[in-house]
Amino acid sequence: MDSAFGMRGLIARLRKGDEIAHLIALLFALTLGIITVLIAMELYRNSALSRAKFGWAFLATSIWDPVTEVFGAAPFIYGTLVTSAVALAIAVPLGVGAAVFLAELAPRRISDALTLLIELLAAVPSVVYGLIGVAVVVPVMRQHIEPALQRVAGSLPLFSGPAYGVGYLTAGIVLAIMIVPFIVSVLREILLAVPRDQREAALALGATRWESTWGVVLPYARLGVYGAVFLALGRALGETMAVTMVIGNRPQIAASLLAPGYSMAAVIANEFTEATGNMNLSALIEIGLVLFLLTMIINAFARLLILVTTRKGSVVA
Amino acid sequence: MLATAVLASACSSSPAEHPTATTSAPRGTITGAGATFPYPLYSKWFDDYHKRHPDVQINYQSIGSGGGIRQVLAGTVDFGATDGPMTDEQLAQAKVKILHFPTVLGAVVPIYNIEGVTQELKFTPAALAGIFAGTVNKWNDPAIAGPNAGVKLPASDIVVVHRSDASGTTFVWTDYLSKVSDSWLSKIGRSTSVNWPVGLGGKGNEGVSGLVKQTPNAIGYVELVYAVQNQFSYGSVQNAAGSFLKADLASVTAAAASAAAIMPDDFRVSITNAAGANAYPIATFTWLLIPEQIPDAAKGKTIVDFLGWMLAEGQQMAAPLTYAPLPKEVVAKEQQAIGKIRVGS
Repeated sequence: MDSAFGMRGLIARLRKGDEIAHLIALLFALTLGIITVLIAMELYRNSALSRAKFGWAFLATSIWDPVTEVFGAAPFIYGTLVTSAVALAIAVPLGVGAAVFLAELAPRRISDALTLLIELLAAVPSVVYGLIGVAVVVPVMRQHIEPALQRVAGSLPLFSGPAYGVGYLTAGIVLAIMIVPFIVSVLREILLAVPRDQREAALALGATRWESTWGVVLPYARLGVYGAVFLALGRALGETMAVTMVIGNRPQIAASLLAPGYSMAAVIANEFTEATGNMNLSALIEIGLVLFLLTMIINAFARLLILVTTRKGSVVA
Repeated sequence: MLATAVLASACSSSPAEHPTATTSAPRGTITGAGATFPYPLYSKWFDDYHKRHPDVQINYQSIGSGGGIRQVLAGTVDFGATDGPMTDEQLAQAKVKILHFPTVLGAVVPIYNIEGVTQELKFTPAALAGIFAGTVNKWNDPAIAGPNAGVKLPASDIVVVHRSDASGTTFVWTDYLSKVSDSWLSKIGRSTSVNWPVGLGGKGNEGVSGLVKQTPNAIGYVELVYAVQNQFSYGSVQNAAGSFLKADLASVTAAAASAAAIMPDDFRVSITNAAGANAYPIATFTWLLIPEQIPDAAKGKTIVDFLGWMLAEGQQMAAPLTYAPLPKEVVAKEQQAIGKIRVGS
């Protein structure tokens, strides 16, 4: 194929707009990659001061002292992970149950009405959840739930210490309220997309409604379940306003879920505007870098999980 | 009376300083950024000034004192604003020398919520330092009960609430505690955010007051303006002369007046724990940060004119918004300092 022909062909295709559309779309797709790389680079570059001074110890140090400029991220990493874990422990069973009801059991009209409400919930700004957390959840936790937990299981370190109302558990509960709508709304769509044949085959084999849902529909849709859960986890990890309003903002690592703690996103939001020294600023940016990498790792892990389970599924099939 | 004296001195000095004031009215867009605490007053000032000089637009972003200092150092704004003076280290980073101009005064007050206590409490410096360091941890501790004879204090644990966001309010509070307690100074120190030994963090004045109101047996600290506007009751604090004072316009202005005598030429002064029988001990100036050399002549003239106006008429707007106006000695000293600003390249 000579170059003149190639050129003519290219011009012909350009006239039809295909190449142009291709190039433009490629450019758009590349910007996503470029933005990700630039964010990582900027975070890395601007945290140079803190990385040079503290090294890897930054991740394990639990002191946060802007006066003597000693900084460590351990309490914040711990707080982010603990609150997200609490949130998932509450939200996943709740969300999966609700989605199963909406997709499998509820009459269509009720299902549609409830779904509309749930999607509205997903659109509520997080600071509103924070306000509800402060005004409603925190007093209820302090006066009723935390004393009750201590009566039942106060001897466990998990529920020891004074009941302030704010802390890991409260932050986890508020986060759970925030992420349930995500899980439900994504999962309902996925369950509805499971082909009717699957259910009918199970029912024809004598399975009950429950057995068909639990044994056939959910396993068929498991990729969607993982997807929904990791989407929710992503939101829980990065949630800032609602968490900082109810977590107590105390940089410590405590075994008790009732103790006040801190999260990575919260400390950045709290201190960034008034950070005094360059070291303080650099340490905050390094926390941003850690949060960025953590979400990357968790997303990669989610991909891996999906890859592994898909292969396993295909072998069985 | 003070205000008229200020006005008179401003009027007499301004024609000499701006001989061209009548021919070239201030114009242009000025941007500033910094402290949140004086923001309600600043926005009123800038709005009022805009009404007088429709060609001038002053945009102020209340992003926090730390942000104000950083932006004025980077030269991305025409002026900065801060609740804590810049450190020598920060000043050394500046490409153009930065001048401090005090604008008004604020104070920080202790608020509390103790079950069964409705009286106003009196706090000694030792009690406050002990409570926030965690060494005084019961409400009936002798350090608190001592000056509060007649108040039945419970034997319950104190829940300390501090700011979670870095803030000028925390700087003033910890600056005060550093002056009255040697162990606070050596172990914790003063900054816009510190490594608190105890307590919960609330975001902003509203976060702290919300936690204190909700949590039984809690104590926290908020800005005077915030406490007054939201009608919180707050405690009195023992000053350097030994008398217990509640923060109000008079006691805060008294603190400034006692500091006026020792005011350094660059205006960077801390007035916490000020001498004077009527001086409230946890007070502070808040500053505008102006570059000494302003290359843009139009902008420079506007900033100089605004500073003169702020020291005269602007001061009268402070008290209705519960900010304490500057003492007249400080106003006079600042009017001289305006002359240091060099306009044009």
